[in-house]
Amino acid sequence: MRRGGKTWSMVAVVASVLGLAGTGVAQTTISGAGATFPYPVYAKWAAEYAKQTGVQLNYQSIGSGGGIAQIKAKTVDFGASDAPLLAKDLDAAGLIQWPMVMGGVVPVLNVRGIAPGELKLTPTLLADLFLGKITRWSDPRIAEVNPGVNLPDLAIAIVHRADGSGTTWIFTNYLDKVSPDWHSKVGTSTAVSWPVGVGGKGNEGVAAYVLRINGSIGYVEYAYALQNKMTYTKLQNAAGDFVSPTSEAFQAAAANADWSSAPGLYMVLTAQPGKASWPITGATFILFHKEQKDAAKAKAVLSFWAWCYANGQKMAEELDYVPMPKNVADFVEAKWHAEIRSGGQAVWP
Amino acid sequence: MERKPHGRAQALGESLFRGAARTCAAFVLVAMVAIFVELLRHSHLSLGRFGWGFLWSNVWNPVIETFGAASSIFGTIVSTLIALVIAVPLSLVIALFLVEVAHPRLARPVGYAIELLAAIPSIIYGMWGLFVLAPIMADHVQPALQKVFGDLPLVQGPPMGIGMLTAGLVLALMVLPFITAVVRDIFALVPPVMKEAGYGMGATTLEVTRKVTVRYGMRGIVGGVFLGLGRAIGETMAVTFVIGNDHGIAASLFASGNTIASTLANEFTEASEPVYLSALVELGLILFCVTFLIQIAAQLWLKRLAIRLGTE
Repeated sequence: MRRGGKTWSMVAVVASVLGLAGTGVAQTTISGAGATFPYPVYAKWAAEYAKQTGVQLNYQSIGSGGGIAQIKAKTVDFGASDAPLLAKDLDAAGLIQWPMVMGGVVPVLNVRGIAPGELKLTPTLLADLFLGKITRWSDPRIAEVNPGVNLPDLAIAIVHRADGSGTTWIFTNYLDKVSPDWHSKVGTSTAVSWPVGVGGKGNEGVAAYVLRINGSIGYVEYAYALQNKMTYTKLQNAAGDFVSPTSEAFQAAAANADWSSAPGLYMVLTAQPGKASWPITGATFILFHKEQKDAAKAKAVLSFWAWCYANGQKMAEELDYVPMPKNVADFVEAKWHAEIRSGGQAVWP
Repeated sequence: MERKPHGRAQALGESLFRGAARTCAAFVLVAMVAIFVELLRHSHLSLGRFGWGFLWSNVWNPVIETFGAASSIFGTIVSTLIALVIAVPLSLVIALFLVEVAHPRLARPVGYAIELLAAIPSIIYGMWGLFVLAPIMADHVQPALQKVFGDLPLVQGPPMGIGMLTAGLVLALMVLPFITAVVRDIFALVPPVMKEAGYGMGATTLEVTRKVTVRYGMRGIVGGVFLGLGRAIGETMAVTFVIGNDHGIAASLFASGNTIASTLANEFTEASEPVYLSALVELGLILFCVTFLIQIAAQLWLKRLAIRLGTE
């Protein structure tokens, strides 16, 4: 019996690999590939959605670069990327993109005597730290915005990501916007040529180094700072207020962004206006072909994401992600209706 | 060996077996050539843009899409050298102890323990290096080294616990069991008559070891060292955890660096620009060629050594 069971499950695996399962009666499988950062929440949404509708999602978290390549090659139904594509790149590939879920990037430090949220940083200070222009915690430039904070005479150790990462893209994009010096010397990318510091692999690597090295400062995804109870800093936002990294502050950044005037929904949520906005916020994106061959399949994919916008907030928040505000979700669905076509007909709704 | 009763079936079986064996053997060669061709094909963009300069340029900047392999090659060589400098003498001494000095009752469990070390997955070494070794290095070893060798450029910089030296140490620990196991087996193969002749002439254990055992086992020792070298040079996860992952060339052993393998592990998944990807593949091509050349050098050296030892 056991053997027989094994053989049949083998057959099932082979059949599904060959795509035979997809042609079966009720079973629909949608496939996607890309960013690793949103994988946990996509997996959770998919499991719940499968329970309710029977539609399966097969998502491979191979990295944003891989996701972009796969959707361009049309080997998957959708791609996922942490960094948005420029409108001209989207047009060249016939793609549409939309934001699915948000996260914040948070500076974290390890200096004895400094409590979470106690240290305040201005955009220029943060850039100068990561440029290696400020090398000691006792530097008067830090003391100037932090009166009353006990800053030790300790060397500053910079910790950054060693691997290419959407987190780095968002972080460097922010520094690029706020510091002309950073713009001319380093720039924005998933991996950059860091002026100073050591590199940790993954958020967990950076967190481990920061917790390990006395006098260090690095940056991690919000969820990591939260789960490891790390000492985060307050940051001065575009409105000039010092804010703490919270779910509400990320939502504020997204709500204040003007999506309707962003060509190709190319929107980076760093340095957004608004008194409550956290300045280093970023969204992760879904990539989809505008011209769909199979209208039913396309509709199945869009139905899933619409369901996630409508029902996924709580699950996202449980995993420390920040769901997109309602006004953004509505705007995205209007875009689907306007731009996605199958045989000349609108696919959505 | 009765051929006649079912001769035809047997002949068919024989030729089938031969064919299958040949195909399997050919597969190894085909796979190797195919890997080389694929690496070459996917790195042509980078080869074309950077040319030979890729090998000695130290700029690794994804933003302006300019890449050079110098720091990765440097880090690969230095970390491997540190590993071998530490592991080779240690392995020799351990192997000698197991074969010449230790009581079999002790030698056997110690031998098993060493073989078990070889079976530990490399990621475990990496995590151990980051969470256990790095703090010890930062708090004790590196400050002590700085106290003793204060002015040497090799020990400059903040003692962070991670970097080239720590990576070399973890690598040393990883290749140690490989070299020890090979060398121990070689030493065990030295004919007892040879050693007894040495002792008969009044030589001490040290003298017999140096003049008879080590000499006799030279080929095996070199083979073991190359095995360790091969493992150290391509080691990925363990190094990635502790080397600090910085594209720079520093004189200090405390500074962070990177290796070819660690750069690939770090940057492959999110490299979306074609040139970036191509440069990473070219790094892989370099590693492939280097490993290949080391194998050839090892074979040649072993051959020469055999001739020299044989004629002496």
